[in-house]
Amino acid sequence: MDFTLTEEQQMIVDTTRRFVQSEIVPLEEELDPDAGSLAVEDQDRLVAMTQSMGFYGLDIPEEYGGPGLNTTTRALMAIEMSQHRAGLYNPCYGVFGGAGLAQLYEATDTQKEQWLYPTLRGEKKGCFALTEPSGGSDPARAIQTRGFQDGDEWVLNGSKLYISGADKADYALVFARTSDDPGRNGVTAFIVDTDTPGFHVRRVVHTLRATHYATELQFDEMRVPQENILGEVNGGFAIANDRLSRQRIPYAAGCIGPAIRAQEMAIDWAKSRETFGSLLAEKQAIQWMIVDNEIDIRHARYCVLEAAQKADSGDRFRTEAAMAKLVATEASSRVVDRCIQIHGGVGVTKDLPLERWYRELRIRRVGEGPSEVQRLIMARDILGGSFK
Amino acid sequence: MGIRLSKPWESLDPLTIAALPAQLGVYQIADDGGNVLSVGYAGAKHPFGLRSALEQEIEFHGTEATHFRYEFTSNYRSRWDELLMLHLHDHGQLPDHQRDEEGRVGRLSPN
Repeated sequence: MDFTLTEEQQMIVDTTRRFVQSEIVPLEEELDPDAGSLAVEDQDRLVAMTQSMGFYGLDIPEEYGGPGLNTTTRALMAIEMSQHRAGLYNPCYGVFGGAGLAQLYEATDTQKEQWLYPTLRGEKKGCFALTEPSGGSDPARAIQTRGFQDGDEWVLNGSKLYISGADKADYALVFARTSDDPGRNGVTAFIVDTDTPGFHVRRVVHTLRATHYATELQFDEMRVPQENILGEVNGGFAIANDRLSRQRIPYAAGCIGPAIRAQEMAIDWAKSRETFGSLLAEKQAIQWMIVDNEIDIRHARYCVLEAAQKADSGDRFRTEAAMAKLVATEASSRVVDRCIQIHGGVGVTKDLPLERWYRELRIRRVGEGPSEVQRLIMARDILGGSFK
Repeated sequence: MGIRLSKPWESLDPLTIAALPAQLGVYQIADDGGNVLSVGYAGAKHPFGLRSALEQEIEFHGTEATHFRYEFTSNYRSRWDELLMLHLHDHGQLPDHQRDEEGRVGRLSPN
């Protein structure tokens, strides 16, 4: 495959890189090392900048007013946008805008008026409530939240776990079992206003990621109008699954940025730090770690761009997306681990961003489908559907 | 596991603070009546962790602040947000000098 960037892509990459280095990184010098947000005045100033650059709302489809970037260009931007301390989970602190929950683009016109458009205008926030205490890797079978119809309403009871943003959300996309089918054909997606009686955010779930925490939700006799069903009754899993597949490419791309930045830091350090009478860069043990980093970074970048190009060409890209997610999350974790080793003591302090990337990258190997599920997806495709 | 900070109050004075380890964590500051004046955290920017953060609280509140309780945690950012949300849930508003945070923090409805 040809990964030569077009003139426009190169311009976008260069612009994004300059933006991160000149606008985001300097602000982080003053922030707490685990900060997840900018001061309001900085946030507003930078949003105005991205709007004037024509890059605001990157993931919004063109027909809804977005910039119309293809997946490859979006992946290239994700690699650049994540090259700062908070970049893995909060690239550029969100100043490039959000697109809301992708599933809402499949909603009815009335639902779009109520939830999608206010989200695109920045007036409402949503959250995605799929995973439950019973499991997340196999959501179709794990969902135990139940919904039953009562006249024009549905009554939901159950709980959700590891749900990001629920404490600040105006609405949630909640998946519940609505038939006796124990698998994917018995799940329905509901759009639920979070001020609905019976919707509870019970606690913050503390993880390796100190900001952008997850929450635990509980639904007690929560009544949801029939018109809040997204898609078809018992057709909710396809909606959830579509999101999981499409998310993998930008999710993988975002892991590469911290790895690139960590490698740059490690090279600078190795060229300036002396031990036992010579620079670290002159020692084979360090050289090999730097080379292994480069192999990992290039391998991850190749897999991400290959998946993105397949998606852009309209080909099936499920295997490539799973491979990109697997390779990028695992390779970037190895790179940051080696860079900490090269830095020695200072590498594990909060003086440098390495320790934050190290913690947060560990989550990436579990989130959005763990490495084992990605292998399962690839195995199914490689071995063929008849191999059972 | 309870999510509230329920350890006993301690006297907020220089000697007690000096005896604390210089660790990361969260804390509450209260007056003589047990009214919470601050919900704060000691992060990596505090040179001596909780000690430095609590010294700043004494300087800010003066003699009104008489008690504190704390919890060590490296997850001080998410735990701080959780404590702010709990305070908001219990009292309907945050301590006066932290009202600006109300637009940022989320909402909890704990059991």
